Amino acid sequence: MSVWRAIAAAALVSAAPALLAGEIPPDARRSGYSFMGPDTRAMQDDDTSNPGMLFVLDGEQLWGKKTGSADKACANCHGDARSSMKGVAARHPAFDKTLDRPVTLDQRINLCRANHQQAAPLPYESRDLLALSAYVAHQSRGAAITAGDDPQAKPFVDQGRELFMQREGQLNLACTNCHDDNFDKRLAGAPITQGQPTGYPLYRLEWQTLGSLERRLRSCMSGVRAQAYEYGSPELVALELYLMSRARGLPMETPAVRP
Amino acid sequence: MAALINVPAKARRGDVIEIRTLTSHIMETGFRHTADGKLVPRDIITSFTCRYNGTEIFRADLFPAIAANPYLSFFTVAKDSGTFEFEWIGDNGYSSTGSASITVE
Amino acid sequence: MPTTRRQFLSLAGGVTAAGTIPIVTLRPLQATPAMLTTAIRNVVGEAPIRTGKVKLDIPPLVENGNTVPLTVTVASPMTADDHVKSIHVFNEKNPQPNIANFHLNSASGRAQVATRIRLADTQKVVAIARLSDDTFWQVAVDVVVTLAACTEEMN
Repeated sequence: MSVWRAIAAAALVSAAPALLAGEIPPDARRSGYSFMGPDTRAMQDDDTSNPGMLFVLDGEQLWGKKTGSADKACANCHGDARSSMKGVAARHPAFDKTLDRPVTLDQRINLCRANHQQAAPLPYESRDLLALSAYVAHQSRGAAITAGDDPQAKPFVDQGRELFMQREGQLNLACTNCHDDNFDKRLAGAPITQGQPTGYPLYRLEWQTLGSLERRLRSCMSGVRAQAYEYGSPELVALELYLMSRARGLPMETPAVRP
Repeated sequence: MAALINVPAKARRGDVIEIRTLTSHIMETGFRHTADGKLVPRDIITSFTCRYNGTEIFRADLFPAIAANPYLSFFTVAKDSGTFEFEWIGDNGYSSTGSASITVE
Repeated sequence: MPTTRRQFLSLAGGVTAAGTIPIVTLRPLQATPAMLTTAIRNVVGEAPIRTGKVKLDIPPLVENGNTVPLTVTVASPMTADDHVKSIHVFNEKNPQPNIANFHLNSASGRAQVATRIRLADTQKVVAIARLSDDTFWQVAVDVVVTLAACTEEMN
């Protein structure tokens, strides 16, 4: 069976010359959902039992709540998130012209707080930031990922790809060694996925809470015994951007549930 | 913080209906330690009660082995239109409530 | 008067300290089968426990022990004369043997409850139902818990 997959993959690679060596062709890209067991899938599928929806509900409250010295709520500028935020998470990290670099959805929320609400930034992985980003990203559920399409983001996508390919840590492993070369195999009993970030922020059963893609990346880095990059660092943003561009076309699932 | 309550909006008299609740709570076991060796004190929901038009129809005693953000599903017979009231009680004086209404025809 | 769980714990601690194990622990790291038995006896008393009527749905291979879906169903007509009064769920190897007690009545319509639990290790999970005639029925299921490959350090 693996021989057949190799042949099929080779055929696809030759048919799509734009792909770089080792990359997963578009129609072979699979959400982490497809690697899960039926019980975890069921937990994600039903909004009344998906624990990530608790955060989406909290985010909906925060969306309408005035904050900062400007005394403005997100809703005062953006109106109904269900229409105004549709597709927004699918194109983040997005290039910011003023800053001349890509920003993640979390950073975008905090930029809004600083510039328009005159409020203090929400700490990474804080409940309020996760709730707001979950609520915003939930509006993109089903939308195809387009992050990285902006030509201005190209150098940062390339930087992220380099980081993805670069071996690191005491185990001397690169992201690509597991997530391009060995997905569908198992590591200590757990399936290795393609690492497609389709459902962030997502509810991880291990965390027993919602968490960001940066938290997941940092935990992978400590897994290979590497020093993890800081939250919001240019390296993590570039990796996040590359991962999203690598998942191009896959539908958003926020809030996903993963083991 | 949020709770998700799922009760059918309508039912026929005599129908057996499923009620599902999911509530935000850390459910700290009291068995974990911080990096510097201090025990993280227990902080869990210990009791959940559901009342249907004032009568208790379901109760659960919860222990640290219940996962964070407790999920509960149970059944009852739809008798009359009215209200389901939910109450979660826990350590450190924790208490939260919720409600849902049903129309029984 | 039955031994309470707290009394049992202090009793167990005393036994450990007086036994041959040189390390004095304040609390056993996992529930021993003896603790499981005691926890069950605290609920059931001296009554016999029969096997049957109870069904425990739990994934045989758990993807992450921190959140394990569990459903208990009891074969019962759920009438005023013949219904399930309570369902009790226990485990063998968590630090504590109790998982949950669910109190039902004849108006429940269906003797089925579901929740999500934590399992520290590969172990046995036991569900016991008390019927309206005060008989007890049980089922025990073995669950294999796989650990995540790359776990975060707790901080």
